[in-house]
Amino acid sequence: MAIKSRRLREIPLAFAMLGPSLLVLLTFVLYPLGKAVWLGQQTCDVQGKNCKSVGWGQYTNVIKSDQFQHALWVTVKFAMITVPIGLVLGVGLAVLADKQLRGMRFFRTIFSSTIATSVAVASLMWLFLLQPSVGVLANLSWLHNIFPVIKEPGLLNDSGTALWSVGISSIWANLGFTFILVTAGLQSVPKEMHESAYVDGAGGWMRFTNVTLPLISPTLLFTTVVLTSRAFQAYGEMDLLTNGGPIPQDSTTTVTYLIYGSSSIIKNNDGLQAAVAVLLFVILLALSALQFRGFGKRVHYGS
Amino acid sequence: MALDTAPKGWRSFARYSMLTIVALFILFPVYTTVIAALKPGNKVLDNPLLPNAFTLDVLKNAWTEGRLGRYLMNTTVVALIITSVQLVTSIASAYAFSFLKFPLKRLVFGIFLSTLLVPLEVTLVINRRTIDSLGWLNSFQGLTVPFIATAFGTFLLRQVFMQIPPDLREAAQMDGLGHWGFMKEVAIPLVRPTLGALGLFSFLASWNQYLWPSLITTEDDMNTVQTGLRHLASSDLDKPNLIMAGTIIAAVPILIVLVVFQKQLVRGLTAGAVKG
Repeated sequence: MAIKSRRLREIPLAFAMLGPSLLVLLTFVLYPLGKAVWLGQQTCDVQGKNCKSVGWGQYTNVIKSDQFQHALWVTVKFAMITVPIGLVLGVGLAVLADKQLRGMRFFRTIFSSTIATSVAVASLMWLFLLQPSVGVLANLSWLHNIFPVIKEPGLLNDSGTALWSVGISSIWANLGFTFILVTAGLQSVPKEMHESAYVDGAGGWMRFTNVTLPLISPTLLFTTVVLTSRAFQAYGEMDLLTNGGPIPQDSTTTVTYLIYGSSSIIKNNDGLQAAVAVLLFVILLALSALQFRGFGKRVHYGS
Repeated sequence: MALDTAPKGWRSFARYSMLTIVALFILFPVYTTVIAALKPGNKVLDNPLLPNAFTLDVLKNAWTEGRLGRYLMNTTVVALIITSVQLVTSIASAYAFSFLKFPLKRLVFGIFLSTLLVPLEVTLVINRRTIDSLGWLNSFQGLTVPFIATAFGTFLLRQVFMQIPPDLREAAQMDGLGHWGFMKEVAIPLVRPTLGALGLFSFLASWNQYLWPSLITTEDDMNTVQTGLRHLASSDLDKPNLIMAGTIIAAVPILIVLVVFQKQLVRGLTAGAVKG
């Protein structure tokens, strides 16, 4: 009885406390998802008004289109460049700095420092390094004599090097984040584990692969998931460094750039943008499900 | 330490050399940025690796002509609004889920939960239309309102609230302590460390936003630091030292915030990772 009445008595309070959050989440997260699904089968005028349904076939048309498949492939390549390299570098740095030596705080601060850069800050620093006319590398004559591509057409303007260049800037920007996470993971490994492995005669590399790696695998899984989803959602790097180009190959037009980019082929077509956004949502969902399942078997969570 | 058998001096020398080389590589883009920002325009391109000239004029120019001062103010306002309102809405909804009894609680909780699965990049196509129809393009409302509530913050705080034994709430109620008193005396003090980490993260996330402000900002007066840098880079590419000065001005506030709140940063980052 008392409980029942309390359930009803607290409704106004619960409404007051949850209402604002609920309103925002419904308006700006769930409604747009539903609306995007609907808009994805419509076509609008250039101002995004007067939308008319053209049928759900629009989704299959997008999936079959060269532009979407190309953008998806670029995105996958971008993730395959940035995630493994970023992870290996982050683990390497963390292991290197995981010793109680004098001055280690100083090195740890430097290794973490790129976490302070936003995507715009990091991208502009790299733009100034890589840009073919005013960039640093292009103005070192000994360097561009060895690698002419730095000046002509420029690392960001060559379809073979553009994605790698953007990738390196992105790896650099994420390195501080990866380093901090892995360092924390390493510090949670009990020292006794190392010592008993040492007593058993395991060498440095053996101890790393058989003791350290399994014990930090939850951290590695988490880091991999975050880095992969960041790679799939990367936008600022492409916007600032390459504008999705170089054209005509569109070598750095990722799926996110295809939706929002200022030189994207669908920038004035709200219906197609919505359709691609919905497809991106499906891809990201599938990806995180896949990562947790694939890793789940090999991840050691301790007891 | 005591376990290492190889000569100690040689080992630490090798490690220090490696650490130094790696550190130099990581700092290289920062170094070139800083020396470019401190050079007058005619000196930037000769010998870009050496600090062969020095001036503070470029930094001043970036602040005034480059309008970094204005952009910084906009960003600070946006980030502070989002952070403070997010903390309030997160505390309120986490408290409701933890200590209140009401019908449809599981359904409402499920709605919160489901929003965690929806990435920002998917919703912005429609949110831009929504903000446009509200007349909020180029406004602080447009830059802040979509982000003033978060399921993430709600769950983080609820996690901590759930550690409070139900008996304690019952006992407090017997003593005549209402929800408001209980929240102030018991619940909020308990989550204070978590609030620090959450606050820092919403501040960083809103400060660093790039895609959303670039979608709804067309007037230079409303640019945030991030979109302002974009504006600077596209209009003044022939003045790389000015762009680099702008980049430094944009980076320094966050650097300071991170140094001050180092503890909260590591606590927040590792909350999800280490425990698995």
